Amino acid sequence: MMKMTKQTRRDLITYGIVIVFYIVMQLLDLAGILSFHVKGLLVPLCYYAIAAVALNLVVGILGDLSLGHAGFMCIGAFSSSLFSVTLKDSGFPAGLRFFLALLIGTFFAALFGFLIGIPVLRLNGDYLAIVTLAFGEIIKNILAAVYFGYDEEGLHIAFKSFPLQGEGKMLINGAMGIQGTPTDSTFTIAVVILLLALFIVQNIVRSRTGRAIMSIRDNRIAAEAVGIQITKYKMTAFTISAAIAGTAGVLFSHNTTTLTATSTYFGYNVSILILVYVVLGGIGNIRGSVIATAILYILPEMLRGLSNYRMLIYAIVLIIIMLINWAPAAITFREKYGISAYLARRKENRTPVSDMGSGKGGS
Amino acid sequence: MAALLSVNHLSISFGGLRAVDDFNVEIEKGALYGLIGPNGAGKTTVFNLLTGVYKPDEGRIFLGDRNITGLSTVEINQAGIARTFQNIRLFKDMSVLDNVKVGLHNRYPYSTLAGILKLPVYFKTEKEMDEKALELLKVFELDGESETLSKNLPYGKQRKLEIARALATDPKLLLLDEPAAGMNPNETGELMDTIRFVRDHFDMTILLIEHDMKLVAGICEALTVLNFGSVLCQGQTSEVLKNPEVIKAYLGD
Ligand SMILES: Nc1ncnc2c1ncn2[C@@H]1O[C@H](COP(=O)(O)OP(=O)(O)OP(=O)(O)O)[C@@H](O)[C@H]1O
Ligand SMILES: [Mg+2]
Repeated sequence: MMKMTKQTRRDLITYGIVIVFYIVMQLLDLAGILSFHVKGLLVPLCYYAIAAVALNLVVGILGDLSLGHAGFMCIGAFSSSLFSVTLKDSGFPAGLRFFLALLIGTFFAALFGFLIGIPVLRLNGDYLAIVTLAFGEIIKNILAAVYFGYDEEGLHIAFKSFPLQGEGKMLINGAMGIQGTPTDSTFTIAVVILLLALFIVQNIVRSRTGRAIMSIRDNRIAAEAVGIQITKYKMTAFTISAAIAGTAGVLFSHNTTTLTATSTYFGYNVSILILVYVVLGGIGNIRGSVIATAILYILPEMLRGLSNYRMLIYAIVLIIIMLINWAPAAITFREKYGISAYLARRKENRTPVSDMGSGKGGS
Repeated sequence: MAALLSVNHLSISFGGLRAVDDFNVEIEKGALYGLIGPNGAGKTTVFNLLTGVYKPDEGRIFLGDRNITGLSTVEINQAGIARTFQNIRLFKDMSVLDNVKVGLHNRYPYSTLAGILKLPVYFKTEKEMDEKALELLKVFELDGESETLSKNLPYGKQRKLEIARALATDPKLLLLDEPAAGMNPNETGELMDTIRFVRDHFDMTILLIEHDMKLVAGICEALTVLNFGSVLCQGQTSEVLKNPEVIKAYLGD
């Protein structure tokens, strides 16, 4: 029973960190301290954190290396934008429209995650990484080349531009992408979705499904020998991860009016960037992914003024985080003096002495 | 009545090597049966065939009346065979308790969604699993270390945890691949008691591979001796260990 409370406490601290960050940002904003530039970073910070949490489910919990998560973000972004752009001028209530857009982006990313997972999850290690990377690039390149629109003769889709007959609209305009997505994403919604993503992933880890997924990571042969269906649980982890990455994509596309499938936003370099957040936050450490994203995303922006030294400082910070996270001495230190350990100690200290004899502390 | 496990004419080759050649055995319910033989004789390969890790080239395997030849490892576990491994295969970054709970996975179901939403069925089932897992750990005196990561357990306890995890799947037949490997005489003695206890307490049928002759002579009622993939000798433990061919195979090793 003590164990339940310990794990639950860990999870609650994670939500707490996000909520405190949110409140602090809101207060700074009220006080007028946040510059326009910094405010613009808050939504992106959230969707990268969401993507990192999603990727950690595959990399840290399932133990498979995926380099295609930017592709799932891309699918979430495009499918939801398509929906929102189509409905934009129809008088449909904006709040409901964005809610549906979130569901649609999530659904399509999950669908593609599932379909891509079927062949891909048979592969191991490096092969899996390479093939997911390829799938991510294919998705991005197709969406950068496709033309999709409607006119009086109906819907059209092609890989080269075509004239519209009479009344009509080009929805996806090749390399120009989708124009005019309503900017529905707000910091508040992004934080709520980040909390939801954390809730889903952390609860999975604590559940029967999560144990099955981790058993595959730790020893596939032993997992099979105790009756764990490998494919089922790999697919579950991969699909849920893709779905959450898709939700991050919806936040992305509804944060700008122009959506293009370029490498800057959806290339494999983005997948690798997210992987860096996951690795530096600690593989399998969900809270760490969020914190690492916050530090590593904000930092380069903060250092813009230092132009030449910027990447140097960034690199040094990467190394320091790496050391803090992975050095054995640092791990021992964290176990002894980290937030969880601190709270656990306080709780123990609060237990009345008279209870010690009966063995179990209250609460 | 049919034996719990009947294996007929089981064979497999790896390239040119006939690792198991016409292996036959009948094991009655409740038996404590030993599979012995020199290094490379094909003992572990027999386990891998019984659990569907390898598909046999020839032969058939029956668990009770059910033909389980060619089933997948997962299906065979669900049919009622659980095993441990010669080179320990624990879920090393998971706690001792969670290792056993993975073993309980198929017996205590609830959906992924119920887990995400922490529905009442989640709390109820997890509680039942915790109790069941601790009960199993207690048999192996591991209940005090349920929170420890399994990779941090000492070697002897890791072997015990593997047995607990296998038992968690509620098997009819338990396969132990060299359970005493790497244990000192004290630990081996304890392990013998534990294996006997498991057989009696869980009403289990056990087939075990072992090199430690004291353990084999001490607890196995019947033996099969494998040599170069073929059965050299089969029968009551005392008879088999007196067989001159067996003595020769072991001394010649
Ligand atoms: N997957 C495989 N591919 C090729 N050869 C194999 C394979 N598995 C086992 N062998 C060979 O089959 C033979 C029997 O191996 P096995 O592991 O069953 O022996 P064992 O009786 O368990 O020996 P030990 O006492 O050393 O554990 C060995 O020669 C081994 O090299
Ligand atoms: Mg062996």
